[in-house]
Amino acid sequence: MADVLTVDRLTVSLPPGSDRPYAVEDVSYSVAPGEIVCVVGESGSGKSVSAFTVMGLLPREVKAVGGSIRLEGEELLGAPETRYRELRGSRMAMIFQEPMTALNPVKTIGEQIEETLKVHTQMNQSERRARVLETIGQVNLPDPDQIVRAYPHQLSGGQRQRAMIAGALALDPALLIADEPTTALDVTTQAQILKLIAELRERKGTGVLFITHDFGVVAEIAHRVVVMQKGKVVEQGLANDVLTRPQHPYTQMLIGAVPSLEPAQRASLDGAPIVLHTKNLRKVYSSGGLFQKKRVVEAAKDVSIDIRRGETVGIVGESGSGKSTVARCVARLIDPTSGEIAIDGADYAKLPERKLRDHRRRMQIVFQDPYRSLNPRRTVADSMIEASVNFGASAEQAMKRAGELLDLVHLPRQSLDRYPHQFSGGQRQRICIARALMPQPEVLIADEAVSALDVSVQAQVLRLFDEIREKFSLALLFITHDLRVAAQICDRIVVMQKGAVVEQGVTREIFANPQHAYTKALFAAAPGKHIGNKVVT
Amino acid sequence: MREPAQTQTFRSLARLRVHSVLKEPAIVIPSAVLLVLVLIAIAAPWLGTIDPTLLDPTQRNKLPGFVGTTLLADGSKAPFTFHFGTDSLGRDIYSRVIYGTRISLIVGALVASVSTAFGLMIGMVAGYVRWSDGLIMRLMDGLMAIPPILLAIALVSLSRAGLAAVVIAISIPEIPRVVRLVRSVVLSIREESYVEAAITAGTPTPLLLVRHILPNCVAPLIVQATFVCASAILVESILSFLGVGIPPETPSWGNIMAAGRQYFRLFPHNILYPGICIAVTVLCVNILGDAMRDRLDPKLRKRV
Amino acid sequence: MFGYVLRRLVSTIPVMLIVAVFVFLMLRVGPHDPAAIIAGDNANADQIAQIRQQLGLDKPLLTQLFVWLSAILHGDFGESFFFKKKVVSLIADRIEPTLALAICTSILAVVIAVPLGVVAAMRRGSMVDRLVMGFSVLGFSVPVFVIGYVLIYIFAIKFPILPVQGYSRIADGFEPFIRSIILPSLTLAVVYVALIARMTRTSVLEVLGEDYIRTAYARGLTPLQVLVRHALPNAAVPIVTVIGLGVALLIGGVVVTESVFAIPGIGRLTVDAVLARDFPTIQAIILLFSFIYVMINLIIDVSYTLLDPRIRY
Repeated sequence: MADVLTVDRLTVSLPPGSDRPYAVEDVSYSVAPGEIVCVVGESGSGKSVSAFTVMGLLPREVKAVGGSIRLEGEELLGAPETRYRELRGSRMAMIFQEPMTALNPVKTIGEQIEETLKVHTQMNQSERRARVLETIGQVNLPDPDQIVRAYPHQLSGGQRQRAMIAGALALDPALLIADEPTTALDVTTQAQILKLIAELRERKGTGVLFITHDFGVVAEIAHRVVVMQKGKVVEQGLANDVLTRPQHPYTQMLIGAVPSLEPAQRASLDGAPIVLHTKNLRKVYSSGGLFQKKRVVEAAKDVSIDIRRGETVGIVGESGSGKSTVARCVARLIDPTSGEIAIDGADYAKLPERKLRDHRRRMQIVFQDPYRSLNPRRTVADSMIEASVNFGASAEQAMKRAGELLDLVHLPRQSLDRYPHQFSGGQRQRICIARALMPQPEVLIADEAVSALDVSVQAQVLRLFDEIREKFSLALLFITHDLRVAAQICDRIVVMQKGAVVEQGVTREIFANPQHAYTKALFAAAPGKHIGNKVVT
Repeated sequence: MREPAQTQTFRSLARLRVHSVLKEPAIVIPSAVLLVLVLIAIAAPWLGTIDPTLLDPTQRNKLPGFVGTTLLADGSKAPFTFHFGTDSLGRDIYSRVIYGTRISLIVGALVASVSTAFGLMIGMVAGYVRWSDGLIMRLMDGLMAIPPILLAIALVSLSRAGLAAVVIAISIPEIPRVVRLVRSVVLSIREESYVEAAITAGTPTPLLLVRHILPNCVAPLIVQATFVCASAILVESILSFLGVGIPPETPSWGNIMAAGRQYFRLFPHNILYPGICIAVTVLCVNILGDAMRDRLDPKLRKRV
Repeated sequence: MFGYVLRRLVSTIPVMLIVAVFVFLMLRVGPHDPAAIIAGDNANADQIAQIRQQLGLDKPLLTQLFVWLSAILHGDFGESFFFKKKVVSLIADRIEPTLALAICTSILAVVIAVPLGVVAAMRRGSMVDRLVMGFSVLGFSVPVFVIGYVLIYIFAIKFPILPVQGYSRIADGFEPFIRSIILPSLTLAVVYVALIARMTRTSVLEVLGEDYIRTAYARGLTPLQVLVRHALPNAAVPIVTVIGLGVALLIGGVVVTESVFAIPGIGRLTVDAVLARDFPTIQAIILLFSFIYVMINLIIDVSYTLLDPRIRY
């Protein structure tokens, strides 16, 4: 059968002054009917640009300057805008990463799905309505009659993405472009959406161009894979071939960097003393007041965790599980409602701020977003020595230590005089780690500290965390939503759901034999189970 | 080791800014005009002016360009050209307009500084000291519910008209707006990871505010202060025009026009010249404010 | 819905209370002795003392506040020092021209400003955009009364097609009314148009950068369809908000415009009262205008629930 989409030697130029002249250069790939083609790459690889070029939705400054794009044999480059408009929504459709912002907040789901029908067909209102209900049913949304009348904010993230898919497939387009459609979703929701996309393309014969950065997702659904780096295709082929026998060094590096879901063998630390101890930690948020229903949210309930010297304990869970709440309570960035938090036996859960200062030195934190973690107006040195000076060190002592710690995180000492904007995300995260080590803490909290990083950088930062934990015998509390990361770095893991701990224990044991139903569901949902299991060298 | 490196970086940053600022006409032109106005205000006595309060009943309501005489300080009379004509009391409008520059600039600058200073202090407290927030913001809501010009008019009526009363009366309605701005900046910045990192680093609250939060208030405050300055110049002219602002002994653009109101149909120049002056001055301040906001507010810049 | 309106209504009580206390203190703590003003320049100390007692000014401040507040709640704003009339009837006599001016101005401003802002946003960077933005900065910079005099000079003196000054009541015929209200409304509308056009442009531009606009294009909509169906409904909330906040500007402008055009409304009354240090009248006017301002913004707040389903009642 003829290909649905053929992209041939496509080149897209960037505006003058960008870091490179072309967003994508000489890119060729194709999608057959009923086939899922994954375009993978790290941020800045140009993987989304080619997809947007197909839809004709590039920003004005970015232009396709060469090559050809054929949709069902029809050349698109150079086609008039009116033709593009006829094709968009009818023959080719697109779904996006963030279903919350991709849906108009002031229109109902029904109106938004119906809009495609209004624009492209002569159907009357009752026909349109029937079709809308039918498509909503096809994406397995419960109670279509109610969904039609709902606004986007009344649905969950997964439901919103289903609604987006329903809208995209309302007219049975030949091509569906999915731009990181599951990245913003929790892992269990992601699994359902991936399954839905795979099912629908099988039933309808839709060709799917699937943009992602996640090799787990690739392994789960791709028939063929296109690997991109800095605007160029470095390798493409059948999914199985590329995943198991990558040819290009970049592909090998990327796949090699994916952490394995098989936990590493780690030495037992049972004899080591307990450093961080929380008991029945509870955090309740309540809102409302006069004339308003009082709403109480238990963000964390009865969380009891112990971390030994030199041990890494991971808290895993999906969004809303309360894992970050626990981290922020331990760091006393928020005040726990009740319970104990103690380091070396000294409980500081209830101490007022001025008595807390002595304890703050002992627990330091590394945050998720490296771009917001350093004050952009202060040099790296200023940021690093702040804690040491606060806790009584002289500026000279602090500077000396800052230099040593930069060595440790593999950054040149000249970095001290620079400003954060002169560093990449991975480098900034190293600086943040070094900063956290400055006051010689006993407990280090990493709150999704590798989640914002590209996979190749992520692997390096994870290694760094392990090194410093060992070197300083830190008790490391590692918050993550990513089971692969948890498997690689944690001695023990704590699984949380809706504020409560559902299971905790030695990482290897839990991965091998999960007890709680939720833990089992979480593991079952992890995409591409075999990816990263070290078969590749 | 650290000190020189830091000053060096700052110097290069400063140079970079000055350099790029000089290329932007929306900043350079209004700044130049305002500078000229400041010079005019300072050099008023030497710009061919006579005593702006000098009455001459024999030379009332003369058109621009009228050549007459004026009384010199030693009591003798000398020929004098009234470039902008005279008002209904025979005062030289040109001299009054030149001297009037002083009032407008002083009021603009003083109101901007007073309301920014108070607004900054109150806003920082409201944004960081949680228990005070509700109380302060309710008070500010109350103050903001009174339309600003009305409040200013009512406040000047309380005391003898004069520069101080006018400045205070215009500043008070502006303060809640500054408070709101500062508070919103403080509230958003305190959520930033680097502020939380400073908290875990044990930085005491006052230092935290000054070191990590205050610098983020500076840019929006400068922009806000510019707009406050523009609006203050306008409000002063309105107060004086209505006869409740600066008393006629001190010429201000507003009270020149107030004096010219009655005979407007016959002698529109009484309103024309000071009107143009106010418009040009406020326009420059506003353009400057817009240009600075475009430069200083990274969010807006990114959007463009 | 009803609960939400009630809640919002209740939340205006502390605001109005603060305004009232502020207005009360302004007079009682200020440097002027109301008794001395009423008594006039020739009164002796005994007469002043007598008036003080009559007005209850010798009682403790808190008692005075409660007496004053409860009188206001009963609709009694006292007697004007200057006009020697009940303040309530004084205001009632003057409300029509002011209301007419404010309503005409608002309609005029919204009708002109919103399309201007939308066009400027759609053609960002074009000549139209620059003209609109330039006009808006200029509108912010010229004092209301200068605009008034310029308009009078052009449309009433150079080309005498409209009356110079004065106000004709609606009851005395619609045409003279409209003729008398055109120039004042235009004058007052300038700054309001500047404000609304600017906000419209900003919020439409902001909305046009949202993800769902991209989604709409991906469905095959034309730019006009995207604007009307997706951009405008989402840009409505900030635009309506600024229209509400602009009422404060409008009220300030009314005071000046009525003076320029010799319109016998509350704005003129304000100026006369301030010049005469007629405090009961000043107090009543401030309370009235603040109340109107707060209520308009309350209505606008409630209207958000119609414009944006995310805002819960």
